[in-house]
Amino acid sequence: MSSARPVTMGSALNTALRDSLRDDDDVLVFGEDVGTLGGVFRITDGLAANFGEDRCFDTPLAEAGIVGFAIGMCLTGFRPVVEMQFDAFAYPAFEQITSHVAKMRNRTSGRVGLPMVIRVPYAGGIGGVEHHCDSSEGYYAHTPGLKVVTPSDAADAYSLLREAIDDPDPVIFMEPKALYWSKQEIELPSRQPAFGKAVVRRKGTDVTLVTYGPSVPMALKAAEAAADEGWSVEVVDLRTIVPFDDETVVESVRRTGRCIVVSEAQGFAGVSGEVAARVSERCFHSLQAPVLRVSGLEIPYPAPMLEKIHLPGVERVLDAISRLQWDDQPDLTFAGGAV
Amino acid sequence: METTAHAATESLLPSAHPVQLLDPTGAEVPQTGTARDYAMPSAARLRAVWHAMVIGRRFDIQATALTKQGRLAVYPSSRGQEACQVGATLAIRPTDWMFPTYRESMALVTRGIDPVEVLSLLRGDSHCGYDPIATHTAAQCTPLSTQLVHAAGAAYGEKRRGRDSVALAFIGDGATSEGDFHEALNFAAVFESPTIFFVQNNKYAISVPLSKQTKAPSLAYKGIGYGVPAEQVDGNDPAAVLAVMDVALEHARSGKGPFLIEAHTYRLDAHTNADDATRYRSSDEVTAWLDRDPIARVEAWLKARGELNDDIVAATNAEAEARASELRDRMNAEPTVEPMSLFDNVFAEPTAQLEEARAMVQAELEAEATA
Ligand SMILES: Cc1ncc(C[n+]2csc(CCOP(=O)(O)OP(=O)(O)O)c2C)c(N)n1
Repeated sequence: MSSARPVTMGSALNTALRDSLRDDDDVLVFGEDVGTLGGVFRITDGLAANFGEDRCFDTPLAEAGIVGFAIGMCLTGFRPVVEMQFDAFAYPAFEQITSHVAKMRNRTSGRVGLPMVIRVPYAGGIGGVEHHCDSSEGYYAHTPGLKVVTPSDAADAYSLLREAIDDPDPVIFMEPKALYWSKQEIELPSRQPAFGKAVVRRKGTDVTLVTYGPSVPMALKAAEAAADEGWSVEVVDLRTIVPFDDETVVESVRRTGRCIVVSEAQGFAGVSGEVAARVSERCFHSLQAPVLRVSGLEIPYPAPMLEKIHLPGVERVLDAISRLQWDDQPDLTFAGGAV
Repeated sequence: METTAHAATESLLPSAHPVQLLDPTGAEVPQTGTARDYAMPSAARLRAVWHAMVIGRRFDIQATALTKQGRLAVYPSSRGQEACQVGATLAIRPTDWMFPTYRESMALVTRGIDPVEVLSLLRGDSHCGYDPIATHTAAQCTPLSTQLVHAAGAAYGEKRRGRDSVALAFIGDGATSEGDFHEALNFAAVFESPTIFFVQNNKYAISVPLSKQTKAPSLAYKGIGYGVPAEQVDGNDPAAVLAVMDVALEHARSGKGPFLIEAHTYRLDAHTNADDATRYRSSDEVTAWLDRDPIARVEAWLKARGELNDDIVAATNAEAEARASELRDRMNAEPTVEPMSLFDNVFAEPTAQLEEARAMVQAELEAEATA
């Protein structure tokens, strides 16, 4: 038995791919640069060398081709795990994903399932140039038939990816690339709660931050900072956006009475709006303040030197917490004076 | 270097003119100057193709009639394209895959799929009435060209499994402009995936003529850039379609990778029953193509050889009529649709959100029933 050691999210993902390739001959990994190079983020490092180019291979540079080809391979019983190099470069495959990947089980009355995983390194915070930092989870989550998964730590990254590969349905596996190098003391293999189970990352009694993926570490930092100011903040990590865990979210918000949804994605018409709506519908009588969102700005992802302004940070979360209607605070007070 | 590239290109090029084995009168055309050797199919195969074309055409006419009776929401006819749909289909094996578009209803019927199951997409009771795995036939595809990449993947999957099955993917002339057409040819070529890309160049994409679709002298030339050998064929000549398919299948099955076929044909009816073709083409044009009828052509050849007589023709027409009438009767029965099935096939296991929606609809239906 090996004991816990520091593991990055990137190497946890690599281990998950390795273990899946080892356990199931039908699992294949393919995409752009995933073979010899091991992927631009090295998530597929060593897979081609260890398992052979039959199991992990480079394809032509064509995202619709990669996804469509994977659909065909599913028909003959394979379980492809394909890599989209960056979030915005998955858009050429959008047609295949929405028209076929998401719909095939339904189109064929349940006769054709597509057990494929589409890995999408997404979101920002790494100083990437344009088209390398989009938060595209909303597009996928809006499409019935796709599971949408986004881990926030190494243990979840391993566990959720293994589950995604075993899943009979297509899974859009969103990898927060800013967290690839984040470390956690864990022992692999390990299994975490299953798809559709949110996890309370920090206990609190005053307000619930509902968040996922790249924003989880920031939300935890914000909770820490809020604690210094006397607020007890609970942090819920969704882990899977589809399926969605109403139960954990509702249980938490009913207890705390306040809710802020924190996401790096722009807020308008997105996942954070969906969460806010669900919370409002289910927790109305427990809510002591409107559900707020702290999200990215409603702008195309900015140039690297400006991304700090775009990304929601601890300050914006603390500000949102202070804007919730607290008992000791007359509710219509602004910094500029009473209204 | 240059000469090597030229030599390699030679082997990919289609014939200068569409391959034709039978002219419109049913006379044999001597085979000179074609890029490859094409052999006249046996009389037995041509008789089978003729039979299936007669059945297929009657089915197609019946399906169009069903739109007028409100039994089908819409129907894209393939009347006039019988040699392509029937010829290509009869050339493959049951273990080969087929990737059809909305227009391939006649091909699916020829494949042996129950015509009512074929029409369920267009009737509107299901997105796909048959079992794609059991029939080795993908669901009919409406987004253009997207199925071609699936075909390349499925054929590669077969190859990886060590089987010699191929994938036959149909596509129209207009859809060759879509990006997925190029990605599919390229993927199939790079992975030496045994895929036959069968372009039915019926001259129009809804209203847009080929001249506004491409500047390529022949759609078959599109194979060269990907290293995919190609051929153009008279798509109204069933003998030529079979012969070219045979060569393409031999190429694919023997591990040499994909093959592209451009079949020159014509869509005699409008794009669908909902389209008005008089807005974009002349009746003279249509009439000229009526003289190139694929059924009459092979019928003349078979009769000249004593392989077919008026009795058999009459019997086959009667059979086609009987099948059409049976189809009409079956289509007149209201299809049963199960509302709760809406939630069954979104995921293998429904999510909590789906269960909630299911409960809501269930309650609505129960309230309706007791009201
Ligand atoms: C991606 C996409 N764009 C547009 C359409 C609408 N549409 C349906 S059929 C068609 C024309 C297709 O023409 P062609 O490929 O020549 O095939 P044909 O219908 O003539 O067999 C168009 C534009 C579609 N189905 N899919």
